[in-house]
Amino acid sequence: MTDLTDLTVLDALQALRSGQVSSRELTQACLDRISRLEPAIRAFITLTPELALQQADEADRKLAAARRGSANFAPLLGLPLAVKDVLTVKGVRCTCGSRILENFVPPFNATVIERLLAAGVVVLGKTNMDEFAMGSSTENSAYGPTRNPWNLEHVPGGSSGGSAAAVAAHMAPAALGSDTGGSVRQPASYCGISGLKPTYGRFSRYGLVAYGSSLDTVGIFARTVADVAALFPVMAGMDPLDATSMDLPVPDTTLSASADLKGMRIGLPAEYFIDGMQPAVENLVRQAIETLHSLGAEIIPISLPHTEYALPVYYLIAPAEASANLARYDGIRFGFSQQEDEMWAIFRESRGGGFGQEVKRRIMLGTYALSAGYYDAYYGRAQKVRTLIKRDFEKAFESVDAVAAPVAPSSAFRLGEHTDDPIAMYLEDVFTLPANLAGVPGLAFPVGFDGSSMPVGMQLMGRHYREDQLFKIAHAYQQVTDWHRRSPQLA
Amino acid sequence: MTSYEAVIGLETHIQLNTTTKIFCSCKADSWFDPPNTNICPVCTGLPGVLPVLNRAVVEKGVLLAAAMHSEIRPVSFFDRKNYFYPDLPKGYQISQYDMSLGKGGYMDLPMPQSGGVRHITITKLHLEEDAGKTKNEHGRRMIDFNRCGVPLVEMVTGPDLRTADEAAQYLIRLRQLLRWLGISEADMEKGHLRCDANVSIRPVGATYLNTKTEIKNVNSIDAVREAILKEIDRQTREVDAGNRIEAWTLEWDEDRGVLKKMRSKETEADYRYFREPDLLPLRLDDAWKGQILSGLPELPLERRARFMSEFGLPEYDADILTAERRLSEYFEAAVKAYGGDPKRVSNWMMNDILRMVNDRGISVTELKLTPVYLAEIIKLVDSGTVNTSTGKALVQKVDETGKAPAEIVQAEGLAKVSDDSAIRAVCQEVMAESPKEVAAFKGGKETLMGWFVGQVMKKMRGKADPALARSIMEELLKQ
Repeated sequence: MTDLTDLTVLDALQALRSGQVSSRELTQACLDRISRLEPAIRAFITLTPELALQQADEADRKLAAARRGSANFAPLLGLPLAVKDVLTVKGVRCTCGSRILENFVPPFNATVIERLLAAGVVVLGKTNMDEFAMGSSTENSAYGPTRNPWNLEHVPGGSSGGSAAAVAAHMAPAALGSDTGGSVRQPASYCGISGLKPTYGRFSRYGLVAYGSSLDTVGIFARTVADVAALFPVMAGMDPLDATSMDLPVPDTTLSASADLKGMRIGLPAEYFIDGMQPAVENLVRQAIETLHSLGAEIIPISLPHTEYALPVYYLIAPAEASANLARYDGIRFGFSQQEDEMWAIFRESRGGGFGQEVKRRIMLGTYALSAGYYDAYYGRAQKVRTLIKRDFEKAFESVDAVAAPVAPSSAFRLGEHTDDPIAMYLEDVFTLPANLAGVPGLAFPVGFDGSSMPVGMQLMGRHYREDQLFKIAHAYQQVTDWHRRSPQLA
Repeated sequence: MTSYEAVIGLETHIQLNTTTKIFCSCKADSWFDPPNTNICPVCTGLPGVLPVLNRAVVEKGVLLAAAMHSEIRPVSFFDRKNYFYPDLPKGYQISQYDMSLGKGGYMDLPMPQSGGVRHITITKLHLEEDAGKTKNEHGRRMIDFNRCGVPLVEMVTGPDLRTADEAAQYLIRLRQLLRWLGISEADMEKGHLRCDANVSIRPVGATYLNTKTEIKNVNSIDAVREAILKEIDRQTREVDAGNRIEAWTLEWDEDRGVLKKMRSKETEADYRYFREPDLLPLRLDDAWKGQILSGLPELPLERRARFMSEFGLPEYDADILTAERRLSEYFEAAVKAYGGDPKRVSNWMMNDILRMVNDRGISVTELKLTPVYLAEIIKLVDSGTVNTSTGKALVQKVDETGKAPAEIVQAEGLAKVSDDSAIRAVCQEVMAESPKEVAAFKGGKETLMGWFVGQVMKKMRGKADPALARSIMEELLKQ
């Protein structure tokens, strides 16, 4: 075997089960690669090597028992995993990329973590992110930016940039992210890997530190769609701790070797091919759609007429919810606390000193949008338009099984390129926001490289709770292409 | 001088007596527990947690809404009410705003003095979570999060009350209702029932509303009455002196019995309400609602009215016998078993049963004397099998032993002696022993008759039929 860190999730699981490789060896290989590459990439905020090796040894014992036939193989037994620092892992510091949580150690596991641990995963560490998932480049982290493994001068995207970079750099075969407005799909696209934003309600949000509660989803990164699909059923399903998680059967996501897409209808929305987008992005996405056509899919031009409102609607609803969600960081019970003599001064100074610029901007934006006299014009109206955006998708899915679109208007930009211009940064999310507003699933996967050798991705959006259809289409594409097998050259 | 009337509205917070909190599985009531012992990541608002609605809270809320004649919304919503305070861990309170569980409602409050009723409207009835408590101790501010997430119903009346007594009456009736429904302990001293009072005055006959003040921190019904009286007085003096009433928030100082100004309330706080995205709309389908309402008993005021109309009880009796649900049920069971005049049962209840339970500080359900036994005792007295005083003694004996009244009468030979010759012999004995009294009687002091009968009863340990004893005694003395 060449390098253990090159193994996909499915290959690794097979090697672990057969005994070709131990979880300790695989975990150690990931940790070694992290040590080597981390100074350049900075994908992690907190590494948990001791916990990881302890979990790996435990997994090895269970693997041995299963090989003897005295137990079953848990579905992900021995698989190393990186976790975005927005999901709680009991006893491991959870910063959300913020100074205000620099010393917060959660006393409980997120439900998805609980399920993954029960399935046998090994936690390598907590990955870097834009503070409280507010950003599109991972530059808004109090712990410094993460670099794109394909070009260290470029951002990995955001807000789950650390997880995307870790998977792209083969530090981990898979990672968890969160997607509130594109924070899994956009970094997946920027880093040339596959990333799923599930249907809202599919994965429990318990233990996912809230940003925009009606939009937040936990997402999965891996290098192949088949790998993403392997983690999916473990994480899915109703959780009594999350009232918004749905009690629906989890579809079978086992993928066949067939690349036949006959009978599959894929919609191509006119509103997602706009002036000002990078020509290479448009060309690569159109080529990929051509490939899907050649596999038997019917390509149908469609319209999602309210797409242009997604950006303003999102930037009212998400900050409004965030303004309440982030009110708990008051310096009283946990996290960064500025000691002052007077109560209001503790609030003011702890929040003032603990939050970064972008977080403060969105709290103010959201507070304003909810204020008496402005609510109807901003938050109230945004909710109405959100309904129109949902209806766009409902109508589209009457005639198509999936919608294909670019993930972002451009490939990964340079560090610092948009930091002084929040609007330019917000525009990076223009194609990913609608899926969050509508609650539909979205799957991003690589479709080529632009002129500067930066990866470009495409996304498929599907009906509520039909992630299986997205997996099927994207997996067929990956059967006949090899973009997902390309890896960045790293020293 | 203008004469004024007060306009009063009450804002109540009712702590529901569920086992666990509204959005997590922590124990709800912490009255006997040390600070910060009934807490978890959810109710202390740690990052990443989510609320999950306790169905028992909804069920108790629905019972109250139904009892207050509120329209129960088939779909209601939770909202976030945003404000900063150290005892509010999430920085927002999960409450219900524009689409709450109950819409409207009223209570027709009986007025003890006038005998009429005052129609009190309900303008708000919603579910919400409680906040924690803060206090200052040794120069430090202490926070207890135990109360965070304790389920509350906030219920607000219209400006329909006119006197401090009416306000007190409303609270008495509300407390009675809450205990009757079994949804709250409704103990004001323990904060299970909290009340803020909005008070303004206006010339008698006016229909407009003047600027009101809000009185907070009143934790007994007497304190509410007293605080409102003082505030009406103060406002009357101010207006008579030509001053304007300002929209103050006042705090009742229990120890000194005075109102203190807490703050001016010039502008309304902006709570930036919006729908709670972490909870689904609260849907009460017909099946669930039906199941909840099947547990709704006849309400205290309805039962009170029925005891008057159906049983012919005076208002006084009906009021006492419906003060508490189990007492009213005991009474009604006894009436049914007795089959005769309910007023007769009422007399026994008020004279004997209530004294017994009050003396012992117990509930009627704890008595060994069942309603059926009570009915039997009354029937034994009615039939002349035992006399009244034996009947009263039986009440005690049955409750001590749990034995049937007839069994005790039999075993102890308590049945009244109606045998003419037995009584006649005792009468003769008494006369023989009391020559002076016999002489006095014969000399015209006929008031001694009672004394003679008493002596006979005493000798026969109360078993003699007193009427018979009297006529025999009379016959012998007048011979």
